[in-house]
Amino acid sequence: EADPLITEVQDWASSFGDPVDAAPYGTPIRFESHVVRRNVEWLTESPVSSINFTPIHALEGTITPQGCAFERHHSGAIELSKADYRLMISGLVETPMVFTYEDLMRFPRTVTTAFCECAANGGMEWGGAQLEGCQFTQGMIHNMEYTGVPLRLLLEEAGVKPEGKWVYVEGADASSNGRSMPLEKALDDVLVAFFANGEALRKEHGYPVRLVVPGFEGNMWVKWLRRIGVYDQAVESREETSKYTDLMADGSARKWTWVMDAKSVITSPSPQAPIRHGKGPLVITGLAWSGHGKIDRVDVSLDGGKNWQTARLSGDVKPKALTRFHLDIDWDGSELLLQSRAMDETGYVQPTKDQLREIRGLNNVYHNNSIQTWWVRADGEVENVEIA
Amino acid sequence: EKTGLGRPALPEEVAAWDVAVLPDGTGLPEGSGDVFTGDEVFAEKCASCHGDFAEGIDNWPVLAGGQNSLTNRRPVKTVGSYWPYLSTVWDYIHRSMPFGAAQTVTADEAYAITAFILYSNGLVEDDFVLSKENFTEVRLPNEGGFRPDDRAEAEYPLFTGEPCMADCAGDLKITKRAVDLNVTPEDPDGKPAGTLPPLTLAAAGDVAAPAEEAAAEVAPAEEAVATETAAADPALVEAGEKVFKKCKACHKVGDGAKNATGPMLNGIVGKAAGAVDGFKYSKPMQAAAEGGLVWSHEALAEFLANPKGYMKGTKMSFAGLKKAEEIDAVIAYLGTFGG
Repeated sequence: EADPLITEVQDWASSFGDPVDAAPYGTPIRFESHVVRRNVEWLTESPVSSINFTPIHALEGTITPQGCAFERHHSGAIELSKADYRLMISGLVETPMVFTYEDLMRFPRTVTTAFCECAANGGMEWGGAQLEGCQFTQGMIHNMEYTGVPLRLLLEEAGVKPEGKWVYVEGADASSNGRSMPLEKALDDVLVAFFANGEALRKEHGYPVRLVVPGFEGNMWVKWLRRIGVYDQAVESREETSKYTDLMADGSARKWTWVMDAKSVITSPSPQAPIRHGKGPLVITGLAWSGHGKIDRVDVSLDGGKNWQTARLSGDVKPKALTRFHLDIDWDGSELLLQSRAMDETGYVQPTKDQLREIRGLNNVYHNNSIQTWWVRADGEVENVEIA
Repeated sequence: EKTGLGRPALPEEVAAWDVAVLPDGTGLPEGSGDVFTGDEVFAEKCASCHGDFAEGIDNWPVLAGGQNSLTNRRPVKTVGSYWPYLSTVWDYIHRSMPFGAAQTVTADEAYAITAFILYSNGLVEDDFVLSKENFTEVRLPNEGGFRPDDRAEAEYPLFTGEPCMADCAGDLKITKRAVDLNVTPEDPDGKPAGTLPPLTLAAAGDVAAPAEEAAAEVAPAEEAVATETAAADPALVEAGEKVFKKCKACHKVGDGAKNATGPMLNGIVGKAAGAVDGFKYSKPMQAAAEGGLVWSHEALAEFLANPKGYMKGTKMSFAGLKKAEEIDAVIAYLGTFGG
């Protein structure tokens, strides 16, 4: 039977659409209104010290739009103008310095794409499968193209003294959220960024200036960056002692676990992206990343890890950035236990949850980079499960 | 090579912003504080979230206790049980606390609160005085519990190499299902929040007809709201909004306000006590509600001046508002939110 959408003249094919300037800064079409950040209210006591999750199940490619990239605030997203912005470099430097926003705009710039992942991404899943959907289980991540000044140039301007070994970075918001990192990292690839995905940082991402620390946990990517202190030791702030340390089964704890290990997840099919088209051609799509460098390979299993096949890496593979993988299959309509397994250029292979638990126990809130299992049922619905 | 951009920071500018305190005491200012004073300041500035004895209210951080719990299935990570350095406590209190009013704690108060937290953890006696001079003599029990990242030795060798590609496992069974826990946020149709809508729906919000009926049922409930609010003085309301910052960590108001640590407060002025849907009130509050207590301006003012004095056993762990102007202002502010 002929399709009336084709045989009958539709309104949109006959009359006007919106004029230019109907939305001088556009928002997504209303049909995509479900593609938004979401939080899990029971996780935290207050929404100003909380986190929400990127809708990775509904996105493709690798770049995360700022408007739906997860937010983590410790004391709310503040409004700080370029005119009121100051950046101080203090501590073990020849000359403590103050830079305005305009000063920063006059330093040589660089462009880099990097993923920012919260150390707690997947943290709720240590004890067992808990949340339905990769937005909630792996969605504390985003990936943007940043423009900014290498932190190295600012440190050189102040002149780091020989005894300076650590760099402490803190924000202008009420939490100040300070973190320490070794001077080598600060001089390597850290960026004092003011643009993301081609436009100014959004307020919730640290407007006007945030730190970009490729490969390191998101907590160190200080927003509303206000001060860079050079010290001979780590500051051991609240965010690097009582939080963001990894409690092991024997009661001891790891600190300074900065790098995000290789990880991947299938974003569709997934609990929030069930298969509705029935059997036949099926695109399996997902994301892989490593804080150690480039993704080398991603394997996908349809049977819970018994057998694996290598997926395609689509687009450019960049170090310390999200990489998209695809596997196109002919689904016969039977149940699947979908998994993906990332490997990075160091030869590291993404472990299973049990492999990590064997070493770390169950109290390790952070750094869960284990393999995710999705149970695809015959009706196309998908569940978050664990298998053994 | 220098660009000449920027300018040297003035000493007073560095002093204002470079306030971090390090484990060896670097950055500590002059000052001191005793346990007794710390207890008082803590009750006023900290206890509404952390509890009178630093035991933590709801999911707010527990600061005391938890010793020997780090190997338990539910470890309690406190200053006494987990934190490695006392400098972290002082620094965080001084720089980032209280929540919602950071940088309002003086150096002496920070010493006093820190002393009280040590006392609440059983680490010092009640006559202890903490000062810049004796600060680094105090060591926390778990200082030796931390080691630098050792994944490169402990994990990476195990997870490196060509992985198995075929016949890697025997029979597998599903052992855990997230749906059994049922803690995922849901859309109105019961699916996980954000589930992609079928293409037959124009948008996720477009649900079939019954939604309209439901809306019709709700409508009559929204009748005229309290008249008392009409004459509210805008300046007073604005002042009240500022005062309400002290309450915000626990109480929500405005569109879509929900219960949190405390009940949501839309329509609270003139409302029956203990009557916010879905909030679990203390026994004394329930009893007062049964006794017909109504939150008139006068009753609220008395309660806010001294919550625990007004109602012994209330869950509201707040020291109270000392100034009558603040109380009037916050009530005026609350009055602008209808039920």
